[in-house]
Amino acid sequence: MAFVIGPEAPLPLWLSALDAQMQRSPGFFEARPVIVDFAALNPNDPGTDTLIAALESRGLSVIDVENAGDLPSADPWRRRLVGGRDTGVAKLPAEAVAAPKPADEPSSPPSLILDDPIRSGQSVLFLKGDVVANGFVSSGAEILASGSIHIYGALRGRAIAGALGDAHARIFCQKFEAELVSIDGYYSTADDFDPALRGRAVQIRLLNDAISITPLG
Amino acid sequence: MAKVVVVTSGKGGVGKTTSTAALGAALAQSGERVVVVDFDVGLRNLDLIMGAERRVVFDLINVIQGDAKLTQALIRDKRLENLMLLPASQTRDKDALTGEGVARVIAELRESFDWVLCDSPAGIERGALLAMHHADIAVVVTNPEVSSVRDSDRIIGMLDSTTERAERGERIEKHLLLTRYDPARAQRGDMLSVEDVLEILSIPLLGIIPESQEVLRASNVGSPVTLNAPVSAPARAYSDAVRRLRGEIVEMTIPSDKIGLVARLFGRRVA
Repeated sequence: MAFVIGPEAPLPLWLSALDAQMQRSPGFFEARPVIVDFAALNPNDPGTDTLIAALESRGLSVIDVENAGDLPSADPWRRRLVGGRDTGVAKLPAEAVAAPKPADEPSSPPSLILDDPIRSGQSVLFLKGDVVANGFVSSGAEILASGSIHIYGALRGRAIAGALGDAHARIFCQKFEAELVSIDGYYSTADDFDPALRGRAVQIRLLNDAISITPLG
Repeated sequence: MAKVVVVTSGKGGVGKTTSTAALGAALAQSGERVVVVDFDVGLRNLDLIMGAERRVVFDLINVIQGDAKLTQALIRDKRLENLMLLPASQTRDKDALTGEGVARVIAELRESFDWVLCDSPAGIERGALLAMHHADIAVVVTNPEVSSVRDSDRIIGMLDSTTERAERGERIEKHLLLTRYDPARAQRGDMLSVEDVLEILSIPLLGIIPESQEVLRASNVGSPVTLNAPVSAPARAYSDAVRRLRGEIVEMTIPSDKIGLVARLFGRRVA
């Protein structure tokens, strides 16, 4: 079912009333196709030429226009819908309608779990979330993740977290013997590591734009 | 059911060819029908180590290209009649190896032998990949030093991803053969210890071959060390490795040439 909406002048006031309605009932307009009826508007009313853009910027999906006269900004939408039937005037809900959860959001954030060790020369690239490695990461091997990296073995190679830009990403490992670690583009190599941390379980994160490595537990 | 074994390492000069010859001869001594195949096309050496270099007529490439039959290219060992050599070509390069040709040769060898031992070339390119492709078991030859260990790690990764077994979603059996090991130097910290290597590579240990002059001496006379000096420390270590390869449980020791010095024991097993 599509809505026919009839905006009235003055448009700024009408749009702010629409905003208030949408805020009260976010679920009501969600992904709802609308047809804009220009009958109550004069082409010279301020805001008429930008009306469709203003509606679309609010997330409404304009599928057709009616009574638009020769308004140029309405041209792309003109006469796209034929055979529509009138179902009467829709009643806006007085009670707030909760916005449904977006359907494409999975119940848990995606992560990649690796059961085999990552051997020298192997590169694991995962740009949708966290990587969990059950084995070790060898010297000359690397894991790149957009999220955090968790290694339940020795990290002897490279771990690059927040690879698409995420300063909150972290790296955890059971045994720290890394060649290089990086978060959000900041990196640190083995030469810079505190020798006292070698072989220990550590957490690596970004503090004040610097790599910070602290023992775990 | 024949078993195809690849002897591989990534790094050159760690003892692949020496180990292929020694393991092949020891397997044959135990009564198995064995063929050792040289995959190092262009840099063949297995014929020299086996002492068969003056009897090579046809080679692996001739068989792959259909210029010779497999039976024409196989060279029977002079000391053990159930040990054969399929030599590589010295005048060609690795591009002459085709996946289809190698598959055909290996399939044919499986029918006539109990063990097919493939001596891999160094590196991670075509020759090495084809040598490991049809293997059921891999013997990863490693020296106790960091560059050899890292190269072996790389090869283990490839064994788990590029071989026929890996493509079928199966596991390839992998064993570590630690060669040129010197217990005294390892104790002084000049060399990685057995534990260090096992921790990094994390595959079961097949044997520890001690550094010995006997290995060089055997190579120079063209005889596998297990035949040339059967009671020497490296020969005993290779023989133990072969017993483990055949499924026997043999206590892990490092044989020594020094009288009265009992080898150190390793009770540790790594999955």
